[in-house]
Amino acid sequence: MATLTNVATNTATKTMTNDPILKVEHLSMRFGGLMAINDLSFEAHRGDITALIGPNGAGKTTVFNCVTGFYKPTMGMITMRQKGGKEFLLERMTDFEVNRDAKVARTFQNIRLFSGLTVLENLLVAQHNMLMKASGYTILGLLGFPTYKKAAGESVDIAKYWLEKANLIDRADDPAGDLPYGAQRRLEIARAMCTGPEFLCLDEPAAGLNPRESLTLNELLRSIRKDSGTSILLIEHDMSVVMEISDHVVVLEYGQKISDGTPDHVKNDPKVIAAYLGVEDDEVEEVIEEIEVIAENEGPQGGSHA
Amino acid sequence: MTNIANTSERAGGNLTAQALREGFYAGVISLGLFVLFVGLETTQNIRNELVINQRWGLLAIFVIVAAVGRFLSVAYLRPWAAARKASAAARPVDEEVSFFKRNFSKIAIVALLVYPPLMVMLFGVQGSLKWVDNFGIQILIYVMLAWGLNIVVGLAGLLDLGYVAFYAVGAYSYALLSQQFGFSFWVLLPLAGILAAFWGMILGFPVLRLKGDYLAIVTLAFGEIIRLVLINWTEVTKGTFGVSGIPKASVFGIWSFDVSAPNNFAKAFDLPMSSAYYKIFLFYLILALALLTAYVTIKLRRMPIGRAWEALREDEIACRSLGINTVTTKLTAFSIGAMFGGFAGSFFAVRQGFVSPESFVFLESAIILAIVVLGGMGSLVGIAIAAAVMVGGTELLREMTFLKAVFGPDFTPELYRMLIFGIAMVVVMVWKPRGFVGSREPTAFLKERKAVSGSFTKEGHG
Repeated sequence: MATLTNVATNTATKTMTNDPILKVEHLSMRFGGLMAINDLSFEAHRGDITALIGPNGAGKTTVFNCVTGFYKPTMGMITMRQKGGKEFLLERMTDFEVNRDAKVARTFQNIRLFSGLTVLENLLVAQHNMLMKASGYTILGLLGFPTYKKAAGESVDIAKYWLEKANLIDRADDPAGDLPYGAQRRLEIARAMCTGPEFLCLDEPAAGLNPRESLTLNELLRSIRKDSGTSILLIEHDMSVVMEISDHVVVLEYGQKISDGTPDHVKNDPKVIAAYLGVEDDEVEEVIEEIEVIAENEGPQGGSHA
Repeated sequence: MTNIANTSERAGGNLTAQALREGFYAGVISLGLFVLFVGLETTQNIRNELVINQRWGLLAIFVIVAAVGRFLSVAYLRPWAAARKASAAARPVDEEVSFFKRNFSKIAIVALLVYPPLMVMLFGVQGSLKWVDNFGIQILIYVMLAWGLNIVVGLAGLLDLGYVAFYAVGAYSYALLSQQFGFSFWVLLPLAGILAAFWGMILGFPVLRLKGDYLAIVTLAFGEIIRLVLINWTEVTKGTFGVSGIPKASVFGIWSFDVSAPNNFAKAFDLPMSSAYYKIFLFYLILALALLTAYVTIKLRRMPIGRAWEALREDEIACRSLGINTVTTKLTAFSIGAMFGGFAGSFFAVRQGFVSPESFVFLESAIILAIVVLGGMGSLVGIAIAAAVMVGGTELLREMTFLKAVFGPDFTPELYRMLIFGIAMVVVMVWKPRGFVGSREPTAFLKERKAVSGSFTKEGHG
């Protein structure tokens, strides 16, 4: 864990420096006649929590699936730049290579745990590639070489570390399908982190969580960024999560970017307000005025639910 | 279920009255149902005329069975079942498991090791043949095959209906290579396994994209293709005549079981000539092979590859998101499963001394799959029990000569083998939908090893 703490000291200063970890350029994705994403470009900076928001059907999950290799984009370039400076063109890689080589991990909107495996086993499966190498692609492991035993012990330690972080250590030996919903969400994040990613993509991590669980999720995400230096890209509808923890927000509507900037900037962008409240274009001015009045009355926190 | 519980709580008289009423209704319904089917029968007499036979006695038996059965079920069986369920629920969960249950596999292995000498002591050298060969070896072959298929179906969740193809590949590899090149069993055993694993990969490549039913259909077709090739490629396989005169295995070349050989086993130990020694040797051989299968399966489950198989069964997309190459994972499952099929196949050839395509029909695949499902997918102990019950049970039917006294001398119980097999499957699946052992042993644990209930594990879908 020594390397992790090293990174942690740097992250505070690194925030919002111009060091993009992920660069999406002119990304387009067409499903038959539907243009799900249309010429989208944005950057996610190293050490940042970038949020991707937008109304339902705006194409957020499609962007995710393109970034993580589950879809092949129709057009565009997605560049992932690792800490060592190594660059990967994600649109050319298949899904498992994106995780294995480019070190991009993801979670799913509808939780996809291995429900019949225990919580601990879920986290061990996530360390598959590391353990495969250590076990000499199973052969040395079968013969009982000590390298595998050592690696297996380490993998349990890594799993324990993340179980403690996700507050799941007491349930380690229970089947994953037996956990309550909020714990399953945390476990999915912990499992993604066990693959040792540099970039973590979370698809609606707060969906279906109650306010208290949302708070612990915020804590978990912050500590992931702080302690392991992993940059995070998240899709979220829960504005209390988005505005609270993200450094950078990208807003999508109908597959196009309509706003990009800090949470405060986005919050007050008339285009974003129009997209969420659904007003006619000529009424936008009016709505802005109304919002400003409300914001003045409520103080600085007001309007975060916009 | 609630009304049953209610009735059992109320006075017994009430229950008897209800049982009598329901029994009466059941009698009336069965009378209505069977009066034309059973009560009346049309037959042709000598002059080719249709005559109606009246069988009131038989009808009465049917009606009485239905009425009394219903009465007994309502009055006694249901309250008993409800009481049992209630007491089971009341019992504390953390009950101490018995010594037998905890050490089941060790006891079973020791029992199998002493089984042949015990049979020789009980039935004599010649008399033990039936028990060692028909029961012991036959069951153990199926145990091994089912354990091999378990890797593909139970762990990786890939439904394979053509497993017998690999069994055939193993059997023919041994039969043909031993005749052509005169290799011994101990050389050909690993070779047969490698060849079967190779064919497993050949099957694996085209079916990687398929899931569920489609995968099952293609594997079924693969099994049939192998069988048809064996039938039609007569220059090599001799077609339906099969390959005969397959040489026997030897005890690592030290003792032979050929009668004419100078190092014959019986001669070397001054024993009377008997084929029983060879069978006992084969029993230990298949026992060792089956245990090897179990050992490798247990080891592999704790390796990353085994965990990846089980993860693949649970959720393939999640596997890919974690950087697991599902293509190689599936191929290893197919080829390792096939390899054990190949081992079993070469053993089969050496045991029979004769192989023909008839031994590798689809029914064999179906039986092996049925054993895996009945035993509980992924559970080695459950599968072994299921194989013993299914294969041993059908073998036992041959022994039931007393049934001839009941049903007449023309009755051959073996013919009802598949019927009973089917009924047994239905009964077990109703009683235990997840098989004999439905729970899953976790491969790693922090504090305590808790079995994962079958309701959480998935069957896999491709």
